[in-house]
Amino acid sequence: MPETLLSLSGVNTHIGQYHILQGVDFAVPRGGLTMLLGRNGAGKTTCLRTIMGLWRASAGAIRYDGRDITRTATPELARLGIAYVPENMGIFAGLTVRENLVLAARDGEFDPGRLAWIFGLFPAIQKFWNTLAGNLSGGQKQMLAISRAIVEPRRLLLVDEPTKGLAPAIISNMIEAFKELKRTDTTLLVVEQNFHFARSLGDTVAVMDSGRIAHTGRMDVIASDEGLQTRLLGLSLDSQR
Amino acid sequence: MTQATPTVPDPGAALPATRLDWIPLALVPAVALGALPFIQSAPTWITLTVAGLAMGTMIFVMASGLTLVFGLMDVMNFAHGAFISIGAYAAASVLAAMTASMQAPSVAANLSAMGLAVATAIALAAALGLFFERVVIRPVYGDHLKQILVTMGGLIVCEQLIHVVWGPDIIPLPRPATFSGALTFGDAAIERYRLLAVLVGCAVFGAMWLVLNRTRLGLLIRAGVENPEMVESLGYRIRRLFVGVFIGGCGLAGLGGVMWAMYQESVNAQMGMQVMVVIFIVIIVGGLGSVGGCFVGALLVGLVANYTGYVVPKLALGSNILLMVLVLLWRPRGLYPVGKA
Repeated sequence: MPETLLSLSGVNTHIGQYHILQGVDFAVPRGGLTMLLGRNGAGKTTCLRTIMGLWRASAGAIRYDGRDITRTATPELARLGIAYVPENMGIFAGLTVRENLVLAARDGEFDPGRLAWIFGLFPAIQKFWNTLAGNLSGGQKQMLAISRAIVEPRRLLLVDEPTKGLAPAIISNMIEAFKELKRTDTTLLVVEQNFHFARSLGDTVAVMDSGRIAHTGRMDVIASDEGLQTRLLGLSLDSQR
Repeated sequence: MTQATPTVPDPGAALPATRLDWIPLALVPAVALGALPFIQSAPTWITLTVAGLAMGTMIFVMASGLTLVFGLMDVMNFAHGAFISIGAYAAASVLAAMTASMQAPSVAANLSAMGLAVATAIALAAALGLFFERVVIRPVYGDHLKQILVTMGGLIVCEQLIHVVWGPDIIPLPRPATFSGALTFGDAAIERYRLLAVLVGCAVFGAMWLVLNRTRLGLLIRAGVENPEMVESLGYRIRRLFVGVFIGGCGLAGLGGVMWAMYQESVNAQMGMQVMVVIFIVIIVGGLGSVGGCFVGALLVGLVANYTGYVVPKLALGSNILLMVLVLLWRPRGLYPVGKA
């Protein structure tokens, strides 16, 4: 049984008058990749944002590496080794690709070996090094967003829908890149709607429904059980297989 | 960590190189040259152009901090005018005590008196800004309606405090001997003070450009203007950055207040509020959060106001509104829009 890196216990989140997360309980094992799946509006993005401290949990506890981070500020979480790639990628469009990465590098200095590794994962980053990020295509922006998150070694990487709006060829590239990321010490928690992507990469899975966790388990179990997929995820995901 | 096999195909064709959007910038000489046929006299045109540029650079100094504050934290600070007034009054007090230095026919004596006045104005406006951010702005982050109410209230309170400290009367603020009078080039007369204002304004813009484009702090500010939440997610405390920018912006408002008061050669408690309308026009014309846009917008506003005031005096008051409408019809997010997340 792998050690737990991140756990959520009874986490509730309110956004204005809306009660989005209604007692979320799940754990992310250290190492490997956990997929957070669910229909639109299930609360997946809210869950990631709550972990990252961008929205405050109104009840419950979030523990990271044995430490309670429920009330920890977002910059402090980043310094603890948690990186976040939001659904909209969060690219600074008015900055160049290099400048976007410089901001994520500690003290503004790149580790040459790590940078070479990133260039290997995403050659477009090297090619468009001095290009304004706003001029990149959607796929290139996603590559930049992920590169920015891993330009420093991270212990936990939260990624929200990395394949959203991407062409199938780019999704294949992303799958290869995530496979490479899985070989590092970084633990990944990925929100995804593309079941093909999720099945290709996930080690464990948590399925959300209406602000709660409806199912947790191994990815291979849900991947081989069409009935479970239909019941938990609905036809919209099943049709993407 | 292993080296990845370079299986990722090149996902895009070559992109256009990063280029300066020169069209808004070209509007400044275009407006200036376009006004020449209407003015008909070259010496008058030169005088009006320098006056317009001087007015524009002074407005830029006052507005630049406010546009960054709005861009960074979405704060609508109507009390910015109070820092302009406070700066002007602080300088007036210092210069009143240094009348001899101001009237001496010595550049060094004049500059030392002005330097002390400017330093006092910046320090007092920045200190007031720090207090204001802590006490007034901080409780209303994220609520524009409350921001408008409390900052308008703060502006009124500051005006009344000025009346209490300095009295209700207009205080004359004569220019130093070195910067009084005009230089003549042929038939064109150019006030020395206006040349100084252009130089100071351009120096402030140059310094801000260098900080924003050549330093890590500037990189953070530019990123924060676009997406403060993402900057926090990268491990930076955006609130600290904001407080620093807010204080810096207030200091610049203080400097602008001194420049504007010397331009008008008098100080009154309402001067900050009066100039706020033009400042907001400049910020909107330039693009919210854009320092470059603020500079170009301020120059356009200064030039248009001066040319219109000479050619069609009855339109002078509405000329800046008309300019703003035309710019927004052309570019709805301003001359140099900032890509907000």
